Amino acid sequence: MNLIEAKNLKKYYATQKAVDDISFSVAPGTIFGLLGPNGAGKTTLLRMITGIFYPDEGEILFEGKPFDPQKDIEKIGYMPEERGLYKKMKIGEQALYLARLKGLSKAHAMELIREWFQKLEMESWWNKKVEDLSKGMSQKLQFVTTVLHQPKLIILDEPFSGLDPLNSNIIKDEIFKLAKNGATIIFSTHRMEQVEEICDHIILVNRGQKILDGTVKTVKQQYKENLFKIGFDELPRGAAHPSFAVLDQHADHSLKIRINDGYKPNDVLRHFLQENAPITAFQEILPSLNEIFIKLVEGAPAARQFQNVTA
Amino acid sequence: MNKTWLIIQREYLSRVRKKTFILSTILTPLFFVLLIAAVIFITVKSIRNEKIAVVDPSGILKESLESSKTVTYEFRSDVDTGNFVAKGFAAILYPPQSSINNTKNFRIITKKSLSRYANERVEKDISRTMENNLISDSLKIDPQTIDNLKKSAGETKIDFAKLGENENTGGSNFNVASIIGYITAFLIYITLFIYGIMVMRGVMEEKTNRIAEVVISSVKPFQLMMGKILGIGAVGLTQFLMWIVLIIGLSAIMMSFIPAEMLQQVQENQARIPGSAGETSDAMRNMASITTNLSTVNWPLVIGCFIFYFLGGYLFYAALFAAVGSAVNEDAQDAQSLTFPITMPIIIAIIIMVNSINDPTSSLAKWSSIIPFFSPIVMTSRVPFGVPDTVAYWELGLSMVLLILGFLFTTWLSAKIYRTGILLYGKKPSWKEMAKWLGR
Repeated sequence: MNLIEAKNLKKYYATQKAVDDISFSVAPGTIFGLLGPNGAGKTTLLRMITGIFYPDEGEILFEGKPFDPQKDIEKIGYMPEERGLYKKMKIGEQALYLARLKGLSKAHAMELIREWFQKLEMESWWNKKVEDLSKGMSQKLQFVTTVLHQPKLIILDEPFSGLDPLNSNIIKDEIFKLAKNGATIIFSTHRMEQVEEICDHIILVNRGQKILDGTVKTVKQQYKENLFKIGFDELPRGAAHPSFAVLDQHADHSLKIRINDGYKPNDVLRHFLQENAPITAFQEILPSLNEIFIKLVEGAPAARQFQNVTA
Repeated sequence: MNKTWLIIQREYLSRVRKKTFILSTILTPLFFVLLIAAVIFITVKSIRNEKIAVVDPSGILKESLESSKTVTYEFRSDVDTGNFVAKGFAAILYPPQSSINNTKNFRIITKKSLSRYANERVEKDISRTMENNLISDSLKIDPQTIDNLKKSAGETKIDFAKLGENENTGGSNFNVASIIGYITAFLIYITLFIYGIMVMRGVMEEKTNRIAEVVISSVKPFQLMMGKILGIGAVGLTQFLMWIVLIIGLSAIMMSFIPAEMLQQVQENQARIPGSAGETSDAMRNMASITTNLSTVNWPLVIGCFIFYFLGGYLFYAALFAAVGSAVNEDAQDAQSLTFPITMPIIIAIIIMVNSINDPTSSLAKWSSIIPFFSPIVMTSRVPFGVPDTVAYWELGLSMVLLILGFLFTTWLSAKIYRTGILLYGKKPSWKEMAKWLGR
């Protein structure tokens, strides 16, 4: 059973179709990536799943039952894109307050906070105020307050923005651990290299609509362009054959080729073997998510235009 | 409800623990009491005794100028403009040298001008003496008899009693009621502003810090808004109670520092308020009569109504301020233009209040103390005049019920705006857009 099932969600604003008929489902224990350019409708989509907004149309199922923000809210941890903390409040008190708002008892919350603070080396922060923290540090605090109440579903909107590689890795490791312990994680980002590393499943939204849905592997397969890299000791002379086209020649004696329709990699290899060329490497070049992203989103105006909605 | 309680606690504690709160709570009453003490002290101290030499060879004043605390007269013939300063006189008085019927041409020559009190005193003394002298001359009566007659006439006392009330109030308490009305109504006016704006700033802070989004993923927007309003309201109530306790305490301490001589003066005045020969200033006499009249005020009613209207008015307006705070971003100017329609009725109320104090039973006063927009200020100013004779029971009841309905309505209205506004960034919404949010 899917943890979250969103069916035909729609949310229109006065001048925007922010989310226009999007459906997707998230399996429990997976890391789910929500990708899309700026203004694609990611945040609106996430706000509907967190119960902040009601969808204009459509339905959300949480653990198979219709989503009830009142009840299910305590099983969700949400970290919004723009970090929000009380600047003048002491860090320990702040973590405690936010945890208790999620329904934890004071004693239980204290215990969990100490545990997390210890884990992320934040113990000395307890009596500091948020305004004394650097951006990265407050990011860490925000992450802790999001996952503290052991939510089943953790929603992270751009969790790595503003973090240095070191802290980025710490958070990434924690996200992996949380997923391994059974939490489901949805996160939105437009940084593709992280998605490739972390996500099991992705959807790509643009202009309020879903344009891609699948696991990272299947998506890459779907968008591969039969590109291969062949390395040689020495570049062969007769490198022309109907089975492939050479796209690029590299200084390290390697060729980037596209295999033409109707041929297989073996046809190419057979050709070079006949030529007696000294092959050192043969490797498929799968498109990076970044390339797929750009390809799919390209053509759409970079900044989303306002439109009149007659709803 | 449990979560609203958590929010109330946070809002309350984070404000009460602030240094500015502690300072303003302690310093305001201290300042207030010190100011009053300073005014009394200066008034008393500035009454210094001036010695005036009277050169009256023709005996027009008949040597009957009565010396007082402010001015001492000495009839001398060896003093003139050349040596009065050297002889220790502040001024020299020359009555006209013609006939007794000439009441003009009195001349006072001074080196430094006399104090206002002394000037007034001298004028009064001279005219009183002249009056007595003239009457006694033309009717051939002893001036002393005239004085006695006038004294007994001056002791005329009027008891303003209301129908069905046989209690002797010892004089009109209209003044006392209007002073209490002013003070309580102004307090409500000021607190509506201070705490209303505090709510608005709090909401704006949460919105710009984006903490609102985090909190709203845990609680309903309505809970967050109500928690803030109630928490800040509790801060206001705390401050009031602290002020009342501190003012009473500090005044008690103050009293022990006031010179015994002065206290005696006040007590003397109380013993013989009406038509006294006027050895002290009028202010002192007023103070004395106020202290006697203060005891006639129905304090439990006044304080009870004050607290009710403070809370009701606060809830009524704070919700509106919260709605404005949720609609704007950090731009202070946007906030100002949106708060204008809210602050307007508060200012109108204070204008009506000034009118209604002078005529607390006028129909303007009556009706505006029923409309929730104005009632917190106007009704508070009318209550000290007495219930049920100035303010009928039905008026008070209707006003209270409407205020309760009013704040339920503004809270409902604001919750709708707040819910949408708190998560909306970008440009300031127009009134039209905000009206649309109500329909959602």
